[in-house]
Amino acid sequence: MKVLTLNFLTCAVKACKSSSDSFPLHPKDAELVHDDVEVNAQLLTNLLHRLDWKALRTTATELGFPDLPETAPTQEDLENDEKTLKDLHNLLIETQMMEGKLVCGHCGHEYAVREGIANFLLPTHLV
Amino acid sequence: MSSPTPAHQPQPQSDPALYESLNVHNVYSQIAPHFSQTRHKPWPLVSNFLLSQPPGSLGLDIGCGNGKYLDVNPAVYLLGSDRSPELIRLALEEGADRKSAVDGSKARGREVCVADGLALPFPAGRADFVISVAVVHHFSTRERRVEAVRRLLECVRGGGKVLVYVWALEQGSSRRGWDEGMEQDQLVPWVMRRNQPKKNKDRDRKEVEGEEGKEEKTFQRYYHLYRKGELEEDVVSAGGTVVDSGFERDNWWTVATRP
Ligand SMILES: [Zn+2]
Repeated sequence: MKVLTLNFLTCAVKACKSSSDSFPLHPKDAELVHDDVEVNAQLLTNLLHRLDWKALRTTATELGFPDLPETAPTQEDLENDEKTLKDLHNLLIETQMMEGKLVCGHCGHEYAVREGIANFLLPTHLV
Repeated sequence: MSSPTPAHQPQPQSDPALYESLNVHNVYSQIAPHFSQTRHKPWPLVSNFLLSQPPGSLGLDIGCGNGKYLDVNPAVYLLGSDRSPELIRLALEEGADRKSAVDGSKARGREVCVADGLALPFPAGRADFVISVAVVHHFSTRERRVEAVRRLLECVRGGGKVLVYVWALEQGSSRRGWDEGMEQDQLVPWVMRRNQPKKNKDRDRKEVEGEEGKEEKTFQRYYHLYRKGELEEDVVSAGGTVVDSGFERDNWWTVATRP
């Protein structure tokens, strides 16, 4: 599961959806792997406006990556600054969470991640 | 196929979630590899919908099964979820030797997770589009089907499109023989040979069914067969607006948005 995907996941518990504490989910005991993937500048640039940058900063820090700038790079930044593009590519596309847990900051529920697959099925008391 | 299929009709249920767990989820768990072998060809209408999305769009495939739609448009970022861990595992395995949905390069698998259609892990209003193909008809009450459509609609931003595909009651030309006016709640048999080899991608279903001397096992899956206009009614009840709809290959489909 790519770090990019973590930017689009929240707690599956209905009551948590309205709480800002439920997003992003917090990685715990995360085992990361790095895949070499060719840079696709166009895709990253196009996806830029879909990202929740604040949540991505939190995720990056929690996964042990260097702090991201406070504001998202612009399309121009990505086009003109190869390092920014490469760093973002490395974090979002090449970094995969293979094992560990994703924890909701609102209800505390921990979702298991095994072999790159997160399982969001809820125990009956949380449905 | 041997003797004619007996009429299987489900009894009214006091616990629809438990009923679906027994008559939908458990069945998919057991038939997953066999089911997956028969589900590789994307339907043109769904593919065209995916290909019409602007580059860089964020999409969700709710009930993605073995993930056959995840690679259709490499210019969009499409996340898949399914209630069946077995099918999600297959989606990941089969994606591993295909091209990445992210950038067309060979990459580790696809972006998939296990989730229930009524408890999705996606933040409200973030996706540009959603597809849900052959999924909503597995919920066993109208209330739950409307709720399922509502959850799909919640995932998209204002103006974002949701494509829903369900099995039609009106399929007079198919071998199943259902048609207008018949019972809409059905248990539909899935015939599987025992000890099905886990990986055998080149073999099609007819061949498997046609093999002689192998023991067959029949599973019953619950379906609600939609009558004409019913899917649109469900969309409206879920707070959505119907943008487009139609009939294709024994299925009703609709494209919906939310305000
Ligand atoms: Zn929660």
